Amino acid sequence: MQAAPIKIWDIPGGIHPAEHKHESTQRGLEVMPLPARLVLPLQQHIGARSEPVVAVGDQVLKGQLLAEATGLVSCPLHAPTSGIVTAIGPAPFPHASGLEEWAITLDSDGEDKWTDLEPIADYQSLEPATLLDMIRLAGISGMGGAGFPTSAKLKARPEQKIFTLIINGTECEPYITADDTAMRYKAAEIVAGIEILMHILHPADVLIGIEDNKPEAIAAMRAAVGDRAMRVIEFPTKYPSGGEKQLIQILTGKEVPSGGLPADIGMVCQNIGTLLAVHDAVLLGQPLIKRITTLTGDALTRPTNVEALIGTPIRDLLQFAGLQPDKLYRLVMGGPMMGFTLQSLDAPILKTSNCLLAGSIEELPPPPVAQPCIRCGLCSEACPASLLPQQLHWFALGKEHDQLKRLNLFDCIECGCCSYVCPSSIPLVQYYRASKAEIRALDLQTHKADHSKQRFEHRQARLQRETEQKEMDRKVRAEKAARIKAAKEAAQPSETETSAEATTDVTRIEAHKPTGLTPEQKQLKIAAATAQMALKKAQKQIAANPDNVDLQAQVPELEQACEQAQRTFDEAMGEVSVKAPAPPSAAGADDAKRLKIEAAMARASLKKAERAAGDSPTEEQEKEIYALREQVAVADARLPKDEAPRKPLDESLKKAKLDAAMAKAALKKAERAQSENGEDAALQEEIERCRAQLSDALGVLEQAEAKASQLETSQQRAEKKPVDETTLQLKTDMATAKASFKEAERAVQEARENNADTGPAETELANSREVLDKAAKAFAAHMASKETN
Amino acid sequence: MALVRITSPHARGNNRTQTIMLWVLGATLPGVAVMTWLFGFGTLINILLASCFALAAEALILRLRKRPVVFFLSDGSALVTAWLLALALPPYVPWWLVLVGTSFAIVFGKQLYGGLGQNPFNPAMVGYVVVLISFPVEMTTWPAWRGIEQALPDLHSVLGLLEALQRVFLPGSVPTIDGWTLATPLDVVKNNSSLTMDELAASGQPVFGSLGGRAWEWVNIAYLLGGAVLIYKRVLSWHAPAGMLLALGLMSLLFWGGSGSDSNGSPMFHLLSGATMLGAFFIVTDPVSGATSSLGRIVFGAGVGILVYVIRAWGGYPDAVAFAVLLMNLAAPTIDYYTTPRTYGHRKAERGMGKAD
Repeated sequence: MQAAPIKIWDIPGGIHPAEHKHESTQRGLEVMPLPARLVLPLQQHIGARSEPVVAVGDQVLKGQLLAEATGLVSCPLHAPTSGIVTAIGPAPFPHASGLEEWAITLDSDGEDKWTDLEPIADYQSLEPATLLDMIRLAGISGMGGAGFPTSAKLKARPEQKIFTLIINGTECEPYITADDTAMRYKAAEIVAGIEILMHILHPADVLIGIEDNKPEAIAAMRAAVGDRAMRVIEFPTKYPSGGEKQLIQILTGKEVPSGGLPADIGMVCQNIGTLLAVHDAVLLGQPLIKRITTLTGDALTRPTNVEALIGTPIRDLLQFAGLQPDKLYRLVMGGPMMGFTLQSLDAPILKTSNCLLAGSIEELPPPPVAQPCIRCGLCSEACPASLLPQQLHWFALGKEHDQLKRLNLFDCIECGCCSYVCPSSIPLVQYYRASKAEIRALDLQTHKADHSKQRFEHRQARLQRETEQKEMDRKVRAEKAARIKAAKEAAQPSETETSAEATTDVTRIEAHKPTGLTPEQKQLKIAAATAQMALKKAQKQIAANPDNVDLQAQVPELEQACEQAQRTFDEAMGEVSVKAPAPPSAAGADDAKRLKIEAAMARASLKKAERAAGDSPTEEQEKEIYALREQVAVADARLPKDEAPRKPLDESLKKAKLDAAMAKAALKKAERAQSENGEDAALQEEIERCRAQLSDALGVLEQAEAKASQLETSQQRAEKKPVDETTLQLKTDMATAKASFKEAERAVQEARENNADTGPAETELANSREVLDKAAKAFAAHMASKETN
Repeated sequence: MALVRITSPHARGNNRTQTIMLWVLGATLPGVAVMTWLFGFGTLINILLASCFALAAEALILRLRKRPVVFFLSDGSALVTAWLLALALPPYVPWWLVLVGTSFAIVFGKQLYGGLGQNPFNPAMVGYVVVLISFPVEMTTWPAWRGIEQALPDLHSVLGLLEALQRVFLPGSVPTIDGWTLATPLDVVKNNSSLTMDELAASGQPVFGSLGGRAWEWVNIAYLLGGAVLIYKRVLSWHAPAGMLLALGLMSLLFWGGSGSDSNGSPMFHLLSGATMLGAFFIVTDPVSGATSSLGRIVFGAGVGILVYVIRAWGGYPDAVAFAVLLMNLAAPTIDYYTTPRTYGHRKAERGMGKAD
């Protein structure tokens, strides 16, 4: 049921390098003899490193699980032959860096004895999910290049139906013939693998794309497909038609969105080798332990394709193909366009190793010295992604990352066409790789910095909240104090009023202190000052001679004159409106001064009277002292607030004390009189009265004192918030959560530094972060509710 | 066994900058041959002098800049600049004029910007404009061409080699021969304001050939041939020449003005006169100072074509390829910003000055 012939689309750019494919196709598919030792790196795929489940010294059977997958994007690893695990640790690894990688080393026992296999003949009866699981457990990852775990790829977009299954038999890179060989000799198995995928995906269309330089493979595949619902499509040879995106474009005319997956447009692309592995996994029950690898290059006497076990050391393979060590100049894993050079023959082949190219110096000569770019544009003509490689080169040199992103550097597939055609032999791809790595590193850094900034901002916000909260608490306390004070003041209205008035005047005058004055204003100011001086002088004289009636009569006059002068001055200053209802008795700072003087005067006369009274004051003297004391108290109260820091409460306390003292004095006097005059009923009565007075006064005093102390403690309590048990508990919870979060953070950091798997540590971190969040929220809620209460 | 560590791709094409430069030089040969046939040894002397001066100037500056002299001299770019300038100069100009033009092109037009690949302006055109503005008399003295004696028997045609060398190296010693030089067809048409095109063709001076300007049409056809080979060999892309020729053809069609006295000349006349074809295939195609993308090159070429016509028809110079190219060189970076191709997987191209978001 072949559908109508499909339209073949062209891709932009591309090159036609020398193919060099026939060298390795002359000997068919050979089977590599069993190597003595296998090295099985734990990282053979994209994603998380697998986790060993065997220990050194374990005897394992062929196909037995050696390491299990960790996480969703990961792949298990199986024993390619039976033998003994001799080491688990860093071992040679095929990578451009030449760095080692953790691997399980397996010494073959030569028996090649299989573990128990569970082949499924009737896979059609199984659910797709079960089949996907089988593929996952068989450790199958893409065998074309990147090595993305196949089951993850098949369900990359679960919400997107796959309409087209594309089988990539392009193999467009020169030299490589592994897929070609597989199609020639294992077409039936490949088709069976395709059928399994069809059962999983139920695609509407299955396209097998093969370049027209592989006529044998095309014929074999056509024969194997027969009348199944698949189409073998032959299209012109051009590098890089085999790129996943390019093949999709060639076969369907559609493009995979930038940054997306083929699944986004309802397509999945699978490599020939992967299909063989799927066939083996389901129908034979064998995990992925072998692959077809091309061994080619001038340094080999018998280039060929072999079916080799994963983990076979490269040295064994090359020796099998007749390596001439003195001719070997450049050893490439992969093809000559996208492969990477190896430094050591001790590294093993991986699930992704489709080719080993052992080139002589004549075959792969060192590149000539790069010349300046002349912007000839041959590279942009060759670019299959329609980029402008020459512009990217300039911006890569200048490290202009914004421009590189603008020119879509990250859509570069690193196929190498630009470098291939460059007449100045500039290693363009290397510039792009370096720039990509740079940008990724910078992005990571920016991401980290943003994260830190966010955390800092959150902290600032939290501190701000706390400060505001404290401020509010303080206000509430102040209001409470003010209420108490107001209640107190209500008891002594006259005193507070006076002092309040005085305060207002002081501040007002302070606020309107004249600065730049006209001559007229100056004159007025002088007049006011003179009047004030006269008034003060008179007051002083009165203080010296309290009995001078003339002087006392003068004072009101002087006061009036002074006030008038002041008012005129203020008017001149244009402030009459503010000053208008000035109380006659209060004249600003001078007023305050006057009050002070009065208080001082009262205090002085009190002292004088006390001195005169001596130890045994007469009744008259005592009366005088009492009156004077009262005067002092009044004068003190009238002083401006800041001058009289004593609290009104203290006043009542004082008064009570005073009363008590007076009562005591009266009692003493009466007692003295009695002792002098003998028994006297009147005196006795007087004594009794005095005693009663004294006890009353003492009672009042006690009360006042109690009140004062109460107020003090309440103030103290307001300052030191009581901590209830819930708060304490919540605080402790939060601290514990914080500690575990910090520990998790440290663990992640450590894992990163040791290059270990950060997955579990990160989960732990996320968990502890959640717990901490919860605790912090609970605490905040509790505090808020307390505040409202 | 030390294995090398080299990044991919390991296979490499065999194209080299030298190859490109040699192809460009080779493609000028038909034009050189025709010019030599028409004007005598003057063109060859120009090329020889310019090549020597250019290589010397390049070597000197490379030494001053402490760059490997042989490595950079062997890329052939200095020779290309020298040849293109030499072909643009009138034959038999004094040797010092060639020296000034070439050394200015190499030193100021190229090396002071950082050498090959760094110059924003076409070096040959920079040199040409400098001598055109500085020495207008020498630069507008075009000799009469071979075969002129058939139309105007009193005119001298091609000089002998000795006379040619004398004229070049001892310009003062040779008296200016009256009737040896001739206005170019573009000059004639530009300065004509009284005669119709037919009258002009019938007048004493043979201006028009069967296609374009008399004699000049063969020069242009020869350059067109060379350019076609370069495009066929994929040394050049067709975009910039096509843009320029189409724009020039369209402009001259729009503003032809018929055959009256105020006519600006037919499209064919403009396409096959002056430096049109030399410019289209050898100057506008300079990759270093032009636009990068295919679309950008079409725009760049079209800009040159329009400017060439504008200056020819309404400007102060009879020909204008050099000015037009330099003006468009200024615009090339901007053109690049607005002609970025659409990348695979993107719905539309990222164009304009805006940064990536």
